Amino acid sequence: MTTIITILFFAVAYGMILYLISVGLSVTMGLMGFVNLAHGVFAMLGGYVTVMMMNRLGVPFLPALAIGCVLVAMLGFVLERTLYRHLYGRSELDQVLFSIGLVLVSVAIVRIVWGPLAQPMQLPEYLKGQVSIAGITLPAYRLALVGFGTAVIAGLWFMFDRTLFGARIRAAVDNRAMAQSIGINTSRLFSLAFGLGTGLAALGGGLGADVLAIAPAYPLQYIVYFLIVVAVGGLGDIKGPFVAALVIGLADTLCRYFLPEAGSIFIFAFVFLVLLWRPNGIIERR
Amino acid sequence: MSSAGTLARLMRVGLVLAATMAVPFVAALPASAQTVKIGMILTYSGRDAALGEQIDRAVNLFVKMHEKELPPGVKVELIKRDDTGVNPDLAKRLAQELILRDGVQILTGGQWTPNAMAIAGLTKEAKVPFITMTAGGSAVTLQSPYVVRTGWTLWQTSYPLGQWAAKQGWKNAYTVVSDFGPGHDGEAAFTKGFTEGGGAITGAVRIPLKTTDYLPYFQKIKDVNPDVVYVFNPGGPQATAFMKAFDDVGITKSKIKLIGPGDITSDDELPNMGKSALGVVTMLQYSPAGVRPANAEFVAAWKKEYGADQVPTYFAVAGWDGMRAIFDTIKAQKGKIDPEATMAFLRSWSNPVSPRGPVRIDQAGDIVQHLYLRRVEEKDGRLANIEFATIEQTGDPWKIFNKK
Amino acid sequence: MTTIPAPPVAVIAAPSGLARLLQLVPWFVVAGLPLVLPGYEPLAMQVFVMILFALSLDLLVGYAGIVTLGHAGLFGMGAYTAGILSVHGVTDPIVTALAAMVVAALTGLVFGAAMLRTKGLTLLMLTMAAAFLLYEIANKATGLTGGEDGLQGVSFTPVLGLFAFDFRGKTAFFYSLVALFLVFTFVRILINSPFGWSLRGIRENDARMVAIGCPILQRRVVAYVISAALAGLAGALQAQTTQFVALHSLSFELSGNILIMLILGGSGRLYGAFVGVPAFMFAQDLLAKQDPANWFLGQGIILIAMVMLAPGGMLGIAERAMAAIKRRLS
Repeated sequence: MTTIITILFFAVAYGMILYLISVGLSVTMGLMGFVNLAHGVFAMLGGYVTVMMMNRLGVPFLPALAIGCVLVAMLGFVLERTLYRHLYGRSELDQVLFSIGLVLVSVAIVRIVWGPLAQPMQLPEYLKGQVSIAGITLPAYRLALVGFGTAVIAGLWFMFDRTLFGARIRAAVDNRAMAQSIGINTSRLFSLAFGLGTGLAALGGGLGADVLAIAPAYPLQYIVYFLIVVAVGGLGDIKGPFVAALVIGLADTLCRYFLPEAGSIFIFAFVFLVLLWRPNGIIERR
Repeated sequence: MSSAGTLARLMRVGLVLAATMAVPFVAALPASAQTVKIGMILTYSGRDAALGEQIDRAVNLFVKMHEKELPPGVKVELIKRDDTGVNPDLAKRLAQELILRDGVQILTGGQWTPNAMAIAGLTKEAKVPFITMTAGGSAVTLQSPYVVRTGWTLWQTSYPLGQWAAKQGWKNAYTVVSDFGPGHDGEAAFTKGFTEGGGAITGAVRIPLKTTDYLPYFQKIKDVNPDVVYVFNPGGPQATAFMKAFDDVGITKSKIKLIGPGDITSDDELPNMGKSALGVVTMLQYSPAGVRPANAEFVAAWKKEYGADQVPTYFAVAGWDGMRAIFDTIKAQKGKIDPEATMAFLRSWSNPVSPRGPVRIDQAGDIVQHLYLRRVEEKDGRLANIEFATIEQTGDPWKIFNKK
Repeated sequence: MTTIPAPPVAVIAAPSGLARLLQLVPWFVVAGLPLVLPGYEPLAMQVFVMILFALSLDLLVGYAGIVTLGHAGLFGMGAYTAGILSVHGVTDPIVTALAAMVVAALTGLVFGAAMLRTKGLTLLMLTMAAAFLLYEIANKATGLTGGEDGLQGVSFTPVLGLFAFDFRGKTAFFYSLVALFLVFTFVRILINSPFGWSLRGIRENDARMVAIGCPILQRRVVAYVISAALAGLAGALQAQTTQFVALHSLSFELSGNILIMLILGGSGRLYGAFVGVPAFMFAQDLLAKQDPANWFLGQGIILIAMVMLAPGGMLGIAERAMAAIKRRLS
């Protein structure tokens, strides 16, 4: 029993990181119809800023995370204004190529600036070791991941469902022309949503730095996971990807525990079949 | 310089003279000032670039310190290539280009077993001596008569470790290895040593090289609750990730012992591992904390060159000795590299004063060396692998078991 | 919708008489390369294999309008088929190449029939997931594929029993060049056939093609299967010319790179592969030897610039330049 709870817990922690990084991708892909393979870049940059702040400047974990999140959100905002927006409405192929180009440039720059080596995260003492809850011992870091992730997600969902900004995004996802015609400044909305999405990715990258190691190859190595969360979860939604991230975290973790011989075969077969069964994601929007 | 060292050197020169005389066409090469081109294929990028950097630094340092010992007029030129990690087809193509286009006379590097296997296959036809530095799979030296190894094999470290573990009275073992050649070797070697000593294997898992989340695998170990866990990973950042996962799932090391080849407590990663590595027992041919005059000199030179907080690892020493073997063969042949003479020389090469103790290469092209049991302890405020027992002059057990 | 602009008909129309003979000239020039640049055979044969692979992709991307991020899956199926057969004693290059084409075509049929009902992002993700699935299977089936270690002991008997593969790559050079020529001829005939035109029709406006009674799903699947067979052939050639098969042949990196190479040259133009692949591979050869950072940077900037400023790739630029010159002259 303890084992099952522990394993489920690991799965949730893993899913949480995937979700934090991917949710922004879902919103921007749904909102702008942009196939953005470069989303991992923002998670990586968030990770680098966080880890560098901590390791070199001695900034505590949480402020370092916040700084990473804000800086990357600003970068995302600027990139949306200068580059991305010129490619809305272009073919998927163009968008794919453009974002691969962006990935390559970022990989090169990161390599030149921080070197080819992976940057290990030095966790603060309070996040090391074990915490015991109701007789079950859990790793402190994963516990913090789940706690922090839950808080961010709660905030995000509140914003999406209950605030004017969220309503505008939902309106624009559903019908951009109509949203524009009732006076929503979709251009500004896009930039803000893009900044928000990249900021969240940066947060996920920093938080998850101990699981998804921060190295120049990051955006290439993990992009497939972020994309499948979005594809399985459905575009333009923030709850679908949550379910998808949890399911994928669960499937992957259970497979590693019970059937390590299968590697990741199961997860890709699963994604393939789900996409055939529900091309628009497991949770169909009305 | 000890008289034993001088004697060994004289013997080496004698051997080479004998070998060169057997090969007349050496004379066809130009006799004037010459450059020996050495192709070196290492991992300079990707997650495991830290390992390649260790070898690269060792090679550069060796060349810098010993360049003047080369015969007058003879120079070495290192041509470096990046294999980006475990990437055998790329490694093979790079080796082919180094031979055909750059005209290298000696190939080295060979950081990974899969890559070294691919390069070795090529040397058979190309007749280019290949000194693989840190590939640990036993089969590498069988691929071609032109391959020797200056690093180690997994069988060398893990078979005696299995025997030792059985002697400690541990009954059940669980093996966790990275899923590639050396991992499979380590698993088989430890299993053989341990079961021959009366132990039983209660579980085995092979973790893909590209894995990032190790917790589920280690949770399984915790639940199976064996006496001892044998772990192999290729060192570097992965070693730290393994160690952290061990800690994260809350395995109490007093109850479940953690052992493995020294890769898992790689010295450059010990600071990142922190206290979680304390007490881990490993078997390896080198520790920078080893008490030997040659080692003290080596570590001092390293710190002088690369900074006081830097330590050379077993990767560095394999590169260092590899370069020594290459230099010795260049000196012995006065800069004219003949493949057959080179191989004859290398297969009886020895270095009594390596930083890791006396080493030599046997006729199979494998390294024969001391192996040390070490425990991670705190020394002068830093973690170090402290040697506490020695198994003298061990060759590759796999070759002995599989002798045809 | 800005898809790839349709190339002028003259570029792809079947030539006649003297023109046809003249078109053979570049092939002979290339065949003479080993005399001028000895030591470059291994790189050149890689280039041929990749051009062949890019041609197979062009059928999908350039003509049928199917964007895939998993084309290496089919290439790798071919490579592993040839490699595994050779390890188990079937070592004739031509037999194993044909077997590789069949296996890759069947793989293409199974995946294609399932995937091609979908469009857009879903299709993109499906192609990616399919390739990752194949990669993982090969990674874990170490008994069959060697996993991360690569397939050891791959070797082939001489081509037609006459020309042995040597490490200098002489045989491999001509062998892959001949294969490329045959495939090129086949693809040229194919795209000028009614089938080829129906693919373009589907790419440009699938609703209208349905309206005129064209079975578009069937056409797309057939195109996919043909492309898969050619990709499998490229994979088999790779296995034979390098005498090695590794996981890289199934990787996302290869899928991405081949797409970049094709687009760089210009897709939907038949000759795009012949321009983009050599440009890419020679640049990589020059720039990425020890530190790939500059190579990535340059490649990334070129990709971004090309998408933003110069759609249609290098051939697209050339076509526009030619058109401008013609306008000026007339």
